[in-house]
Amino acid sequence: MKIITGSDLRTGDVIWWTGEGWSRHVNDAVDVPEGAEAIIARENAKQIVTDTQVIDAAQTDEGVRPAHIKDRIRALGPTVRLDLSLKPADPAAGTWVI
Amino acid sequence: MYQYDSYDQAMVDARVAEFRDQVNRRLAGEITEDQFKPLRLKNGLYLQLHAYMLRVAIPYGTLNSRQMRMLGDIADKYDRGYGHFTTRQNIQYNWIKLEQAPDLLADLASVEMHAIQTSGNCIRNTTADHFAGAAADELVDPRPYAELLRQWSTFHPEFDYLPRKFKIAIIGSETDRAAMKLHDIGIQLVKNDAGEIGCKFYVGGGMGRTPMIAPVIGDFVPPLQMISYLEACLRVYNRYGRRDNKYKARIKILVHEIGADEYRRQVEEEFAHILTLGLEPPPAELERIKGFFEQPGFDAAASDDLDLSDPDFAVWVKQNVHAHKQAGYAIATIALKPVGGIPGDASADQIRLMADLARDYSFDELRVTHAQNIVLPHVKKADLYTLWQKLDEAGLANANLDLISDIIACPGLDYCSLANARSIPVAQKISERFADLGRQQELGELKLKISGCINACGHHHAGHIGILGVDRKGVENYQLLLGGSEGADTSLGTITGPGFNEDGIVDAIEKATDVYLAQRTDGERFLDTYRRIGMAPFKEAIYAKESVNG
Repeated sequence: MKIITGSDLRTGDVIWWTGEGWSRHVNDAVDVPEGAEAIIARENAKQIVTDTQVIDAAQTDEGVRPAHIKDRIRALGPTVRLDLSLKPADPAAGTWVI
Repeated sequence: MYQYDSYDQAMVDARVAEFRDQVNRRLAGEITEDQFKPLRLKNGLYLQLHAYMLRVAIPYGTLNSRQMRMLGDIADKYDRGYGHFTTRQNIQYNWIKLEQAPDLLADLASVEMHAIQTSGNCIRNTTADHFAGAAADELVDPRPYAELLRQWSTFHPEFDYLPRKFKIAIIGSETDRAAMKLHDIGIQLVKNDAGEIGCKFYVGGGMGRTPMIAPVIGDFVPPLQMISYLEACLRVYNRYGRRDNKYKARIKILVHEIGADEYRRQVEEEFAHILTLGLEPPPAELERIKGFFEQPGFDAAASDDLDLSDPDFAVWVKQNVHAHKQAGYAIATIALKPVGGIPGDASADQIRLMADLARDYSFDELRVTHAQNIVLPHVKKADLYTLWQKLDEAGLANANLDLISDIIACPGLDYCSLANARSIPVAQKISERFADLGRQQELGELKLKISGCINACGHHHAGHIGILGVDRKGVENYQLLLGGSEGADTSLGTITGPGFNEDGIVDAIEKATDVYLAQRTDGERFLDTYRRIGMAPFKEAIYAKESVNG
C-alpha cells in the first residue's frame, strides 16, 4: 500500500494522511493507490503540513507498518527512548521497528 | 569567560526578532517552506525524523553556570526534559516546536547564547581544546583567539554562502584534544625558539565520505595576522571550491585536487594582498578579549595532596581527572557515558546539577568536549572528593573516560533524517558487553566512535575502533574500522572487511580486543598494537569461522 506522511508545520510532529485529515498515529493512515500528488499539493497549500511524501507500507495484523525502517522509527519514536514513543514503554515496540 | 558587549547583544537580539517575524510569516502562510527552510536553518533549526531539532552554539565549548542552567531549563520548557551534547561541542534539542522556537531563542539570548551558523554553508561554531586555560601542557591559551574567530566569523558577509560548511578548530597545546587535523582548518598556537607565539595552519582536513588529514599550509603566522591568513584561506576556497557537486565541495577536495603546494601558493598571494588592505582587527581588540580570559582567583596555598583512601573515588580520579597548570587544582571530566546509556545525553536535572557544581567548585566554568562529555576545568583538589560524591549521587560519576565504553556516537537513525542505521543501540550494547570497569581498565585507552552514516558525525574514521552504519537493502549493517586516531598522531581507520548486524558488530569488537590482549607488549595501547602488527591478525580473528566439534 502507499501512504502519505509529513510533519506538522507548527509542532514538527510526524503525521499521516487519514483520507480526511492528518493523524499522529500510523494506524490511521489510509492506502492512497492513486492521486497522492494531488493530495499533497492541496494539503501543502493549507500550510499545516510540511515535508510531505508518499511511502510504501503494508497492512499487517499489527496495523499499518511502513516498509522502511526509517519510516517505522518515524512512526514510533526513537527506539532508545520508548518512554517518549507513541506506545509508551511498549516492550514490543523495538521488535515492531526492526 | 568572554561577556557580550552591547554590539554582541544587539546583534543576537535583532536576530531573534527577525526570526520571530519569519516564523510568524511562515505560520501565516505568507512564505512557502522552500522560502522558509534556508531561514530556519540559518538559525540552527532542522526538521528531523520526529520533530524540529535545534542545535545551539556553544562557542569553543565554553559555558558559565548561568548558561548551563538555562540549557537545562530549556530542556524542560521546550523539549522533553533532556538535551544531547554533540561532537562539535554544541547541544541539540530533539523535540522543538516551530511555534515556540522564537521564545526559546529569546531565552538563549538572555544568557548570551544563540543558534546562529549551526547549519548551512557558512563558518560553523569554532571548536577548541576543552582543557583550554587549564591544561598543564598548554603553551598558549587558545580561547582569546577562538573568541576573535567567533566575532570575525559571525555574520561574515563574504563567507555566508561558501561552497559547503566550514569548520575550524584551535588549540594551544602540543596534545591535540580537538581533532584539529580533521577540520577544514585547524590552528595550533605554537611558540618558536625566541618564545614568540605563532599560528600553525592545517588546512583541508575532514571526515565525511572522503576523510583526509589536513596538511600544514602556514607554518608560523603571527597571531596579529591570523584573521588575514584565514581570510586568504577562505577566499581561495570560496573562489575555487566546487559548487557543482556537494560531495566534492569541501575545502579538503580543493586542497587535494590542486595540491597543498599550489593551494599554499595561492593563499600566500592572497594573504600578501589582504595585508595591504588593513583588514586585521586592531591589536587592542585582542587585548580587550584577553582580559576576559585571565586566570580565575586561584588559591596559591591550595594543597596538592589528595586522599585516595576511597577506592571508588581513586578509580575516578585516575581515569577522569587531569593535571592542571595551577598547583592544588585539577581538571575533572564528567563522562556522560553510563553503561547502557545514550552517549552525550543529559537530563534537565543533570544539566542543572552540573551548572551548580561548576558554580560551587570550578569558578563558574564548564566545557563541552567533542567526545560528548562535560569538563569542570578548575577544581581545587581539596574539593574533588565532595564533587565526586555529588556526581555519584546523580549517576554522573562514570569512571570510564577514554575507555572502551566512553563511546562517541551520533544520534543515528533514532533521530537523524540523514542516517542510514542506528548508532545509539550499538553503543549501548557495547557498553553493556564491556560493563565491567576492571575489564575496561585492562583494555586501557580505547577510543570507540560510531557514525550512523557516511557523514561521520560520530567520527568513526578517527576511532581506534570505528563503526559505520550503512543501509543494506533496508537492513542496518555495520562496518568495522580499526586504527583511526584524532590526536597528534592522527590517522584514518581502515575497514576490516564485510559488515555485521547489530549483534555481530559487538562480537567482532570483542574479538578485536581479544587479539589486542593476546598480542600487546608492555605499555601498548590498542592503537599501538594495531599499528605494530597490522590488520591481518585482527581480520583473521574477526572473520574466523566457528570451529565445529565432532
